[in-house]
Amino acid sequence: MINDHSPAIDAQALSFSVDAKHLLDGVDLRAERGQFVGVIGPNGAGKSTLLRAISNVLGYQDGSVSLHGADLKSLPARKVAELLALVPQIAPFTQGFTAFELVLMGRYPHLGRFQVEGEADDRIATDAMHLTETDSFTNRTLDTLSGGERQRVFLARAVAQQPQVLLLDEPTANLDILHQLKILGLVRRLVDDGLTAVAAIHDLNLAARFCDRLVLLSNGQVVTDGTPEEVLTAETLESAFGVRAELYRDPVTGSLAISLIAPADGEEALAEPDQGRIAQNNGRAAIRNGAASVVR
Amino acid sequence: MSASIQVLSRLRGYRQMAVSARLAIGLSALLVLVLAVGLVSLSLGPVEIPVGHVAWIVLSAVGIDVPEFGRTEQLVIEQIRLPRIIVGAAVGMALAIAGATMQGLFRNPMADPGIIGVSAGGALGAVVAIATGLTGLFFLALPVFAFVGAMAAAFLVYGIAVVGGHFSMATLLLAGVAVNAFLGAVVSAIILFLPDNEALREILFWLAGGLDSRSWEHVRIAGPLIVGSAVILLLMARDLNLLMLGDDEARSMGVRVGATRIVLLAAAALATGAAVAVSGTIAFVGLVIPHTLRLLLGPDNRVLIPMSALGGAVFVILADTVARLIIEPAEFRVGVLTAFVGAPFFILLLIKNKRQVYSL
Repeated sequence: MINDHSPAIDAQALSFSVDAKHLLDGVDLRAERGQFVGVIGPNGAGKSTLLRAISNVLGYQDGSVSLHGADLKSLPARKVAELLALVPQIAPFTQGFTAFELVLMGRYPHLGRFQVEGEADDRIATDAMHLTETDSFTNRTLDTLSGGERQRVFLARAVAQQPQVLLLDEPTANLDILHQLKILGLVRRLVDDGLTAVAAIHDLNLAARFCDRLVLLSNGQVVTDGTPEEVLTAETLESAFGVRAELYRDPVTGSLAISLIAPADGEEALAEPDQGRIAQNNGRAAIRNGAASVVR
Repeated sequence: MSASIQVLSRLRGYRQMAVSARLAIGLSALLVLVLAVGLVSLSLGPVEIPVGHVAWIVLSAVGIDVPEFGRTEQLVIEQIRLPRIIVGAAVGMALAIAGATMQGLFRNPMADPGIIGVSAGGALGAVVAIATGLTGLFFLALPVFAFVGAMAAAFLVYGIAVVGGHFSMATLLLAGVAVNAFLGAVVSAIILFLPDNEALREILFWLAGGLDSRSWEHVRIAGPLIVGSAVILLLMARDLNLLMLGDDEARSMGVRVGATRIVLLAAAALATGAAVAVSGTIAFVGLVIPHTLRLLLGPDNRVLIPMSALGGAVFVILADTVARLIIEPAEFRVGVLTAFVGAPFFILLLIKNKRQVYSL
């Protein structure tokens, strides 16, 4: 049964393979309520597959997922959609649906078969578009929007779905820097208000800045799971991504930041790290934060 | 020109209304149209009957006490024209909603009601019934054989697509194309080797689609199947909206994709099979009606499917009326006429709305 104290998501030993290729190989993922968990990892690590498995889109072959304490596979599909919303990486569209019509679809799981949306649903959809700053697209058809604009409309739909858990697959991949900040800031605010969010994120700097916890995937397995400081280290970045990197405190934002130096496989370095500069930055950030912050 | 711009801007406002308001306005408008076209059609023919008389006679047929009219007028309406128009309306409705559903399911604007072999199967069933002379033995052999053929073809196509376990809509589409081609070849072969000229003529007539001498028996065969399918499709229109965005999308929004798809396919195939059984193959209704309405009303199937039902009914009644009158005392075939009028109109529509034609 749905339990009030169990974690929002507790996935254990999830496995999924296609033609003997293990896309997920015994993955554990736990998200406490009101946590923003970032899933990071190189291309093909299994980030999207993991999100699809947790959202019941994909029938995983082994392991278990519990959603607010209830076994995912025992919940009716409609109930899952009431609890959990997924923002897809590539926002699909059918020509002709307007942005508002799509956002309003977020209300479907809450409606009975003989029901159509009422004024309350209209209001929820309008509010969701306001939050995601997509109001100006209201009556435009989806095919006239850019990829990034469309993705924001899909986020608006997920908000209108009023879920307990929000799953986002590369929510910032198609967005300009302004909207990357705005969208992740919005998710952060929603999480601070009690929502649970799990997002696959490529941009490690953004992941470190906005997420409470990170899970690093590689080859369908969890490499490390912990705070950004625990997960993002020069060693893990080299082993999982094959990249030589240096980490430091961003002197302006105070969050963990990454300087990418070169591929680790002996390719020519694009820029030699300036050790003095890193130390200096770390020192400045430490002063700013009023605490010692030794990274690495 | 300016009038059409005005109409378009009104329609834009219409799209922003709530679904229930859109349905109330659209359906009442189309219902009035269906009744008007139906009454006019009932009054026209070799025996001219004033529209006023027609209205009274129809009312008396549903048990309301009305003044007496000529026995001939009453018989012509009750036994000849009314069943014919009801069959026509049901066929138009079935083809239009099945077309809208198939286009949504296949996410393909070219999908028509017969895409999974239903029409070709129906044609083979009918041709077999005529060629073997069964139609002479009992009068319902034709619709029964056509319906059985239609359903058998749909099962065959679906069976091919699911065998081996990797079902996909693309396989279903291709299996439909292949089975359509094969059944078409079998029909051609039967026609080629048919010794009997009378039967040959009957087959060609059936293949051209027609509503001549349709009786209350035909209404009883096709009516319940078509109305039942229409109810199912209406109730699942919301799920079809989500399926149009993709399987993953639909699944993440709580749709049980596999089961929903089978029910939608079955209901659309049933409606088409019933229509083919009582009218032969009437071309183009399943394409022209949903596409025209989608351009005007948007792709929301909760609006599109009921409006297509009435739009299809109006279109087929109109076409059949023209087919009855155009070369009196002979009759044109309604299936030829729908394509004859529908295709140029559709082409005009495509040219004028190139940017908005939905690729789905």
